[in-house]
Amino acid sequence: MTNLILELRNIRASYGSIEVLHGVNLSIGRGEVVALLGPNGAGKSTMIKVVSGLLRPTSGQLIVGGRDVTGVAANALARAGLCTIPEGRGIFPNLTVRENLLMATYSGHKLSDIEERTYSRFPRLSERRTQLAGTMSGGEQQMLSLARALATNPVILLLDELSMGLAPLIVAELYQQVAAIAAEGVSVLVVEQFARTVLGVADQAVLLAHGKVQVSGKASDIGEDVLAGAYLGS
Amino acid sequence: MQELLTFTIIGLSTGAIYAVVASGLVVTYTTSGIFNLAHGATGMLAAFTYWQLRFDWDLPAPVALFITLFILCPLFGILTERFVMRGLQGTSEVVKLSVTVALFAFMIGAANWIWPSDSGRQAFLKFFEGNTVSLGGINVSWHKLITFGCAILVAIVLRLLLFRTRMGVAMRAVVDDRALTELNGGRPDRVAMFAWAISAMLAGLAGILLAGEQQLNIEPLVLLVINAYAAAIIGRLTSLPMTFAGAAVLGLLDAYYLQFSDDSWFPQSIMGFGIAGIRASIPTIVLFIALLARPQSRLRAGVVRIREQNKVPAWSTSVLGAVSLITIVVAISGMLTRSNTLLLLNGFTFAIVALSLVPLTGYAGQMSLAPLTFAGLGAIAMSKLPGDGNLLTLIAVVVIVALIGALVALPAIRLSGIYLALSTAAFAVLVTKLVFNQKQTFMGGNIAVPVLNIPFVEINSPRGRLILASVAFSLLGLGVVAIRRSRLGRRLIALKDSPVAAATLGMSLTRTKLAAFAISAGIAACAGALAGDKVSPQQYDFTQSLPVVLLAVVGGVGTVGGALFGGLMLGGNSVLATVVPTLKNVTKILPGTIGVTLGRNPTGAASQIADSFRSLANRWNLLAFAAAGAIVIWVLDAQYVISHWAFFIGGVFWILAVTPNLVGIMQTTTTRRMIASIYLGIGLIVAISIDWDNAVDSTGKRLIALILLIALFGVGAQRVTENAPRVHRSSPDVIGLTADFTDEELDHAERELGVVL
Repeated sequence: MTNLILELRNIRASYGSIEVLHGVNLSIGRGEVVALLGPNGAGKSTMIKVVSGLLRPTSGQLIVGGRDVTGVAANALARAGLCTIPEGRGIFPNLTVRENLLMATYSGHKLSDIEERTYSRFPRLSERRTQLAGTMSGGEQQMLSLARALATNPVILLLDELSMGLAPLIVAELYQQVAAIAAEGVSVLVVEQFARTVLGVADQAVLLAHGKVQVSGKASDIGEDVLAGAYLGS
Repeated sequence: MQELLTFTIIGLSTGAIYAVVASGLVVTYTTSGIFNLAHGATGMLAAFTYWQLRFDWDLPAPVALFITLFILCPLFGILTERFVMRGLQGTSEVVKLSVTVALFAFMIGAANWIWPSDSGRQAFLKFFEGNTVSLGGINVSWHKLITFGCAILVAIVLRLLLFRTRMGVAMRAVVDDRALTELNGGRPDRVAMFAWAISAMLAGLAGILLAGEQQLNIEPLVLLVINAYAAAIIGRLTSLPMTFAGAAVLGLLDAYYLQFSDDSWFPQSIMGFGIAGIRASIPTIVLFIALLARPQSRLRAGVVRIREQNKVPAWSTSVLGAVSLITIVVAISGMLTRSNTLLLLNGFTFAIVALSLVPLTGYAGQMSLAPLTFAGLGAIAMSKLPGDGNLLTLIAVVVIVALIGALVALPAIRLSGIYLALSTAAFAVLVTKLVFNQKQTFMGGNIAVPVLNIPFVEINSPRGRLILASVAFSLLGLGVVAIRRSRLGRRLIALKDSPVAAATLGMSLTRTKLAAFAISAGIAACAGALAGDKVSPQQYDFTQSLPVVLLAVVGGVGTVGGALFGGLMLGGNSVLATVVPTLKNVTKILPGTIGVTLGRNPTGAASQIADSFRSLANRWNLLAFAAAGAIVIWVLDAQYVISHWAFFIGGVFWILAVTPNLVGIMQTTTTRRMIASIYLGIGLIVAISIDWDNAVDSTGKRLIALILLIALFGVGAQRVTENAPRVHRSSPDVIGLTADFTDEELDHAERELGVVL
């Protein structure tokens, strides 16, 4: 049995005729937290789309838990335990908090269990269970989207720009929860534009630019100079 | 008082039926964003099916109901979603709406075919016919009680479904964020199928209930959908309780009108204008008011990615096209019989009407469902204005109708997309009911449109009118090309591509929309004003407009050529029906069948054919191959190896099925190339080896066989070659940076730069 839970082998992906990922290799071990860093337009979100199954790669292989799942539908991957929190707010704004959690039951967990685990982690959501999710504050919305990761016990968690548009204090709070999820043995791939917020949590870091992996290594080894070089394009 | 109560109950029971239809409409609109114009037609088909099972085949009512509502309706909904609606993601509102129009036309055609009106239909009985119950001194039939019960049941079940079950919550979740639904593990496709199944069941239920009250007729059942629209629009297409309230109001209005219209104080005419048509237009008027009461549609930011794209027409090709069109028409019109001339003339009239949609729908992206209404107004104005077909009269007619067009658009202009389309539909129905149906306005029920009076040219034969129509189409087409190439044309395109961007650049959206509507109405008016004969106002009915819109979109509403193609196709369809009476039924469903394939090719047929020939143009080897094949088939014919019919069918097959596929075949993988080639080869052998003269006994059947051959083999080969994995290419901005130039790329670059060594 291999120790790798997620593997991308020479993945190429494109939107129409424009190729965005030009052969990306990446591997994540069991229980590992990998930070995916890179400037705007590097292809980070595209990579999340490929891994989650929303975008079919034009070539290359996507391997989850030792099985080739290239081209498998996103919903099948989701039911198999791959939890993706997409960019922006990963919630349904016109559904209530409770209905949002009901949507998480496709993972095979009971609604009562999901509600219990969510409300114990985020008591604030319990007060708002019948409120429309779109009317909550940005931080609360992001808590709700994280709740799906917390409550459904996924095998892999993909996080895309968790910090977007949130106050630093709330971001710090959310990343504590990510650390807690990782501590339970969940493998996590975190995409962040702001490197410093995530490097504290991550074991490994991968730097993506121009659709290719530029640097990868231990998170602690990625220094300011490497980041600045990649972001500023030196 | 007693009477008022009676009518209240009648009104509420009608309202209950409206509510059931409307809720089905809301279910599909909210889950898939497709406004199903064919919803009423679905109910109509269900009512006919139920009648077939219950009264013709004498099945017991519960069995017939179960089969219709719980097996056939859901099945129909699922098939519709899977094979028609699913391909529509990412297409524009216009294409989406046109596909439902196609479905509408298809179902009416199918019903007319299967259950012709002279087939000796037995009565459609109410549930528990003859049983009544007394409520507060008023006799209410069991059927009405059942209707009430059904509406209440539908309301409760829908409420529970949408808010208590995961499937229902997922239906709403898909609307919010389709991708996120997938990431949660939900299956959006399955959710959509479920929604369409539910919707078809609701339509079916309403159809059967209404048929019990009003007997089995296609038209009222199909137009039931207009009433349902009004109710659904009152509910803003999202709120079910408001929709139910709206339905009740509509039902009551209708009943009270019925009650009071016979009273002496009730006006029978206004300013000598009979208002008998008012009752039928109540839902339309309510729809219009409800639409206008809607808040201004908000401009949505963001890039709209639309699958349809058209090139800017060049002057050279446009003028060449216009001249050759007129030449061809002049040349062939001498050889046509009188009736064929009239049919071709009909096709050109439709083509002009379709052309009126090019600036409005094709360029500006505004949907109108009333093009023929403006043509009708043009015909009326031409017959009523003095001048007896003077050119000046024609100009006056165009100006007047253009003004009417702008006037109609003025209140509707705040709306966009589906709401705008519906308000034009409401206008078309109003004009049909209130103007075209005025018996006293038209002597003998006909409008006598004078022939256009041009100095030095006498137009009195059908042939003259045909040539005139082709000249008119060419001139108007050139005018449309001129618009496209002008400042106004760029504004129209901007209006379609991004209203937000256009508005922030300082463009007045209202003025641009008004201009588009006025131009469109003016062009359509020409089609009516040039009729030059007695025409019946029924020709300009709302229901007649739908096939025109449909075929314009199928032909390709973004180009003048597409409009011509669409119009002639519609004309050709009626040719097929008259020339070959046995095919009459096929022609009823043909436009609909063609239309439902739009999802695959939203730009329309004309541009697809043009594209495949264009890509062939700069490949000399393929072009030579195509020519060689045509010559071989001709030689076979000349040497009497094959018959003339085999030559004709083989030749057309070669040109329309094989040639357009050549480029696709060359570009795909070896396996697919082999499959496609063998496939086309079989088709070609079939086309030329069958003994057409003896095996198939009529011209019409041979033509149908030809169409089937092309559809089966040509489209089949295309399906094999398209979507094939492309040979990998880097994006242009990284060529040479992340990878070395390939020889091919170097060649290409050198050719582009003109550095040939």
